[in-house]
Amino acid sequence: MLEEHAKIIQFIGAADGITGRKKLQKMVYIAKKLDYPYKEKYEFHVYGPYSHELTLRVEELCNMGFLQEDRQDKGSYVQYKYQMTDAGEHFTQMAQVEEAAPALVECISQMKNKSSRFLELVSTLLFFDHLPKEEQIEKLHAVKGKLNFTEEEIADAYEFVMHLMNMRTIH
Amino acid sequence: MSYATQKLAEEKVFKDPVHRYIHVRDQVIWDVIGAKEFQRLRRVKQLGTTYLVFHGAEHSRFSHSLGVYEIVRRIVDDSFNGRPEWDASERLLVLCAALLHDLGHGPFSHAFENVFNLDHEEFTRKILLGETEVNEILKRVSKDFPQKVADVIAKTYGNKQVVSLISSQIDADRMDYLQRDAYFTGVSYGHFDMERILRVMRPREDQIVIKSSGMHAVEDYIMSRYQMYWQVYFHPVSRSAEVILTKILHRAKALSKSGYDFAQQPTHFQGFFDGTFTLNEYLALDEGVLMTYFQLWVNEKDPILADLSYRFVNRKLFQYIEFDLAKDYMKMKELELLFKKAGIDPEYYLVFDSSSDLPYDFYRPGEEGERIPIHLLMPSGEIRELSRESEVVEAISGKRRTDHKLYFPEDFLTEDGKKKALKKQILDLLK
Repeated sequence: MLEEHAKIIQFIGAADGITGRKKLQKMVYIAKKLDYPYKEKYEFHVYGPYSHELTLRVEELCNMGFLQEDRQDKGSYVQYKYQMTDAGEHFTQMAQVEEAAPALVECISQMKNKSSRFLELVSTLLFFDHLPKEEQIEKLHAVKGKLNFTEEEIADAYEFVMHLMNMRTIH
Repeated sequence: MSYATQKLAEEKVFKDPVHRYIHVRDQVIWDVIGAKEFQRLRRVKQLGTTYLVFHGAEHSRFSHSLGVYEIVRRIVDDSFNGRPEWDASERLLVLCAALLHDLGHGPFSHAFENVFNLDHEEFTRKILLGETEVNEILKRVSKDFPQKVADVIAKTYGNKQVVSLISSQIDADRMDYLQRDAYFTGVSYGHFDMERILRVMRPREDQIVIKSSGMHAVEDYIMSRYQMYWQVYFHPVSRSAEVILTKILHRAKALSKSGYDFAQQPTHFQGFFDGTFTLNEYLALDEGVLMTYFQLWVNEKDPILADLSYRFVNRKLFQYIEFDLAKDYMKMKELELLFKKAGIDPEYYLVFDSSSDLPYDFYRPGEEGERIPIHLLMPSGEIRELSRESEVVEAISGKRRTDHKLYFPEDFLTEDGKKKALKKQILDLLK
């Protein structure tokens, strides 16, 4: 029952809270692309890969009181912070979802430490991972031209993906 | 004359109940319509299980796809024709993307994708780029044309005006399905003045905007959409049918994995059960194939598969109650235990389902917005977001409505037989 919901609570719990809807979207997407068991469907959107299903799940979990959403007014925009509640923790135990693997917990922690701009870059490259590397980069510039990602940032993004993949293998 | 610009000797028309006629002049469009992967869409219903509630809703994804094409054709050939901010060289690309945007949908799309963890958008891409008749036709336009069509549908194409015509909060896809679904279900919602909207659409920079004089037509469109979602798309009875359909597929998959000996071997599903299916196997499926299996499975030895199939084929659906899982998830646990004690497998017979819709979403700078907002072109030339000008739209902007239901077979609990006290206890909990 609501196993996918429970996995999202667990994800946010493992991160000890996530600030920013965009960041949450990209973190789950990257984890999914690394073959961690998330079922949310993604499509390409304003800020890269985006899952309507994930948005819905998070809203439902907030309504149920299993996640807490805090709005932070940043002047020109509003930022949202999500945290697991005690009721949410209890629910994940009741739902009997498998405990998050150590590699996943580490992956979540490392993604959390990155900026949402960087995660947008990583997830966009991963969205085009069926293409050869040069075409991925070409596509990135076509859809994210306004963000002016530098060669260095792109190289860092590839390195980060390799690092996360190696971590998954080692664990 | 190149294949891309080749015209038919005479215009072809399809009679259509929504747009009166669908007009085809381009050879490419005519050829794509004739491709077998596109013809398959005749055998996939646009509204899945909704026909079990609104009996007229038997229309197909084929007719919807033609409708979306026709709306886009009218936009680019009439409204945008000669406007300097529209790149006329994109015409054939956007027409093909409109026609092919739903190409990857499978039978009873939502349930099928859910059980086998598939994504119809991925199949659209595979059909466009794989060894298919559609791909052969598109490649004759140019080598990279299939990829361009796939990019527009995946919303990763560079020209955002082209993407917006197929996918935005006021796009040809929605304008067609609202009217078509209203027509075939027979409901009185879903109608709006599309002619007016098409007349006031304008290409501007990297988006499509609406002249402010057309704001009331857009308000009507948004309200129509809101009503259609709650009156038709999220109807609790068609959701009940979808719950059963999903559980049939889950059961068949579980039985196959356990080595169960089917009286009717699920040949068409085998690749989906074990994850080895090919594109051709996907394309071989349609709703006729699924319904044939369901009818045969009514006579299977497995009582769950037989019962669920019987329910779907004969419209003996699950009953439902409102259920707030946040408040009642302990109750859910209790119900699961009681179902097990009563010999009713809760995995298949106690199902929580929720529906949720956001009628219109505005843009939140710096945050992940759900959808690109609708922008109005003011007489001064200024661009204003719709909910800032329309009080009607503002009232529903960003407000999600959600509905939670718990589905169960009431007949199992009320029939005469054993464990009467236990079943009464369950029914009391479900009140």
